[in-house]
Amino acid sequence: MASLDDLKKRIASVKSTQKITKAMKMVAAAKLRRAQESAEKGRPYSEKMNNVILNLSSGISDKENAPKLLSGTGNDKVHLCVVMTSDRGLCGGFNSNIIKKAKSYFSKILSEGKELKIITVGSKGNDQLKRMYGDKIIENISFKESKNANYFDADKVGKIVIDKFESNEFDICTIFYNQFKNVITQIPQSQQIIPLNSEDSEENTSDESYEFEPDEDEILSNLLPKNISTQIFKAMLENSASEQGSRMSAMDNATRNAGEMVDKLTIQYNRSRQAAITKELIEIISGAESL
Amino acid sequence: MSEEFKIEIVNPEKSFLVKEDVSEVVVPAFEGEMGILKDHISIISFLKPGIIKILSKSGEENYYVEDGIVEFKNNNLSILTSSIFNVADIDKSKQQDFLKKAEEESVKEEITDQSKYLIDQKIEVLKTLN
Repeated sequence: MASLDDLKKRIASVKSTQKITKAMKMVAAAKLRRAQESAEKGRPYSEKMNNVILNLSSGISDKENAPKLLSGTGNDKVHLCVVMTSDRGLCGGFNSNIIKKAKSYFSKILSEGKELKIITVGSKGNDQLKRMYGDKIIENISFKESKNANYFDADKVGKIVIDKFESNEFDICTIFYNQFKNVITQIPQSQQIIPLNSEDSEENTSDESYEFEPDEDEILSNLLPKNISTQIFKAMLENSASEQGSRMSAMDNATRNAGEMVDKLTIQYNRSRQAAITKELIEIISGAESL
Repeated sequence: MSEEFKIEIVNPEKSFLVKEDVSEVVVPAFEGEMGILKDHISIISFLKPGIIKILSKSGEENYYVEDGIVEFKNNNLSILTSSIFNVADIDKSKQQDFLKKAEEESVKEEITDQSKYLIDQKIEVLKTLN
């Protein structure tokens, strides 16, 4: 059995760990509020963007010559996956949930005999994926320096994706991120961004026809790259809200577990202290009796 | 009858500006400046660098944009842009900053004609500020 001194030390160390997890939870809670706010504020932009594109693509004159970002290359041989994770750990199952989702998609693609390319955003995803898929990762982007998700970072990722698309490095692009539902629930999502999947969005064909200046094709070819960045930005916002939410609940759990551990250790400490006293008493009494 | 319509400017981070009592907006559309009044036909266009001028009851407001999309429908004008600044907030040093960046960009060799045109526009607009 551990000595009294050891127990005391353990209690102190668990207590200080508890303090850390508690502080982390508080920080995550504060950050979560901000992240959630910006995720909500960012929604109108991506919604409006989607609407405009829908209106445009329904009005496009000849589908044959539609921009490739909309209609695809016609092949589906090479898949590009953008896996978006966090840069920091200690956030529960946040990263591993995305990785799990991504990995099952990877193995599906590979078993179909298609080529796979991976871009990781965030260092944690890179760490977890490089062991199994190291040769498939073509780029690793990390935004450790930026405090909040911002559009310029998203634009950078978007530009990389579009560059690669234009140099015909892939046919289909999918992004993986966690959608923020609430503090305890985050849903790992996969979303195809190239070619644009317009089937799952409801067709709101307004009778009203727009006037375009310049013509549809030109607007569309300007708009689609922006839409890629917007979608990535949306994913980043959702991700950062999810990360903080996930960290908050993970740290909450850790704090509670540490509390339980302190209780248990304290009881053990008191018992052994009492046992030691009893032992000493017995020794004194039996010593006195023998006199 | 009032001759007012609604304008909404959104950037990726937030809804930048919402105004209900706008009487006229002049936007720097790609093929030239475009004035929009109430009951304009539905239109989608995109922006080149320039100044958005908003006339409303509370006076005239000017915003500097670098790019964006305008959509006008049912007397709702939406402007989506990733970079917008109130002209009143742009001081000399900020203007110089923008100008320097734009000029650096314009001397790069690999730019396409279209982006060259846009950057030249940007430089021109920035020079007219203040």
